[in-house]
Amino acid sequence: MKILVCIKQVPDMESKFKVDAAGTWYDNADLAWRMNEYDEYAVEQAVQLKEQAGEGDITVLSIGPDKVKEAMKKALAMGCDRGVHVSDDAVSSKEPYQIASIIAAFAGDKGFDVIFTGLQSQDRGSGQVGVLVGELLGLPSVTTVVDFNMEGGSVTAKRELEGGIRAVVKVATPALFTCQLGLNTPRYPTLPNIMKAKKKELLTIPVADLLDVDPRQQTAALFFPEKKGGGLVLEGEVGDLADQLVQILKEKTTVLS
Amino acid sequence: MKALLVAEYRDGQLLGSYQELIGFARQLGADCSMFLVGSGSALPAFEGTLYLADAAQVGDYNPDVHKQLLLSVIEQEQPDYIVFLHSSYGWDLAPRVAYSLKASQISEVVEIKDGTMVVPVCNAKLRRQVTPNTQVTVLTLQAGAFGLAEPPTGSPEVKEVSTDAVGPITFTGYEAAEAGGVDLSKSEVIVSAGRGVGKPENVSIIEDLASALGGDYGASRPVVDSEWVEHNRQVGTTGQTVAPKLYVACGISGAIQHLAGMKKSEFIVAVNTDKDAPIGEVADVLVVADLKQFIPALTEKIKGG
Repeated sequence: MKILVCIKQVPDMESKFKVDAAGTWYDNADLAWRMNEYDEYAVEQAVQLKEQAGEGDITVLSIGPDKVKEAMKKALAMGCDRGVHVSDDAVSSKEPYQIASIIAAFAGDKGFDVIFTGLQSQDRGSGQVGVLVGELLGLPSVTTVVDFNMEGGSVTAKRELEGGIRAVVKVATPALFTCQLGLNTPRYPTLPNIMKAKKKELLTIPVADLLDVDPRQQTAALFFPEKKGGGLVLEGEVGDLADQLVQILKEKTTVLS
Repeated sequence: MKALLVAEYRDGQLLGSYQELIGFARQLGADCSMFLVGSGSALPAFEGTLYLADAAQVGDYNPDVHKQLLLSVIEQEQPDYIVFLHSSYGWDLAPRVAYSLKASQISEVVEIKDGTMVVPVCNAKLRRQVTPNTQVTVLTLQAGAFGLAEPPTGSPEVKEVSTDAVGPITFTGYEAAEAGGVDLSKSEVIVSAGRGVGKPENVSIIEDLASALGGDYGASRPVVDSEWVEHNRQVGTTGQTVAPKLYVACGISGAIQHLAGMKKSEFIVAVNTDKDAPIGEVADVLVVADLKQFIPALTEKIKGG
């Protein structure tokens, strides 16, 4: 069984963001980077699928500058077999259709049985790439997956809907699945596996070899939202803060009276 | 300018979110028609053409079937915009339609600024203004971003549509939310744990404060996904919607899905080490502190009277 899992490296969302010089994306400097959270579930599901099947070959793909290899190494240490790094220093200016086209151009003739992506990225958050890859490859795609079970060539997946309801669907492979948070419990790579991952194949392909479509949209501006909330911000020593908050709760609410 | 609004219907119910689509179209100044796979006995209040496919005949959501129906309506209507909610239905169906139309899709629109769409970036810490390069644009709207002051009125002119399309994905049923547990919607005080609690042992800090305040404790999605707190205490889009007298959000950054579940609370206190966390947007008071130190100190003061 051939499995492809697509991952993205994103900044830690707790970071202090700045707008870049062009005014169209965040400044990449001084940020801590990690694997997109949704993609950790995608990687884990790929590894679990291989473990359950007792066989399989997992390719992890990521697009971006050299530093995305850090996220790829984590995926390899989690249990992916090989990496494909699509080298692109201008990845942040690519829109979802272009990203999907790059992935589909790579995957087109490889005959993957199952493709996993995250539901969305934590930074751009379009939620489009997985479905577009499915459409480009002519494969069925199931989004927002919180439960995945494959038997024979058939997958039963649960899609998370609003209000805690789930829709159960069945689909034959080859197929693509976009992973929602909570699908599984992503493993922490062990030290021996981190060492082993260093020896795994990590192929680099220049993005120009895979991209041949024009952007369908562009970013006119990136900016900080206006602060709407006139909320009070309290800072200081913990004991003083607790005193201040108790006073506020006594004045503004009825819960302490 | 014409917009085709895609309303939602699930398990026998028309979803009220169609009103947000109308709210958006009014702000945009677009003439609109609507598409619904639903039932003639649960029509949206709407003045205009409604293309209606019968859910009893078409069945529950199947992406390929809904895509084919929608494409045939788009061919008749020739809209400039096709507008969905950014929901499990919208984000599943919209890219399929956009792909077929070779259209640009702009996801999770929160605002219209100078005629262009604004979307959130990085957990809503930033905003991005996006311009399409294509004639037709597919949009998904963030839930709650476009409301109407008054519910819409009128009755649509119904045009029935049907298809014999089938697809490779088979829907086999719904699974209800876990039954039983805690009904947080009745709680007067809720103290919720977010990712900032750090580890499962620290959930007791949150429980202790909830108990000192005579309330219940809840949690945000990451804490439930990590199985530190049971799902029946999750607050947010995929959990419970609450409106207590006091909501204390501890170590919760404030993803839109969480805010949607608690922003109607009467008084909101957020405790977070990140002063810029989006939870600050809805909080009446933001305490910038590590919850692991601050919450036990607060609990002691409250117990001490």
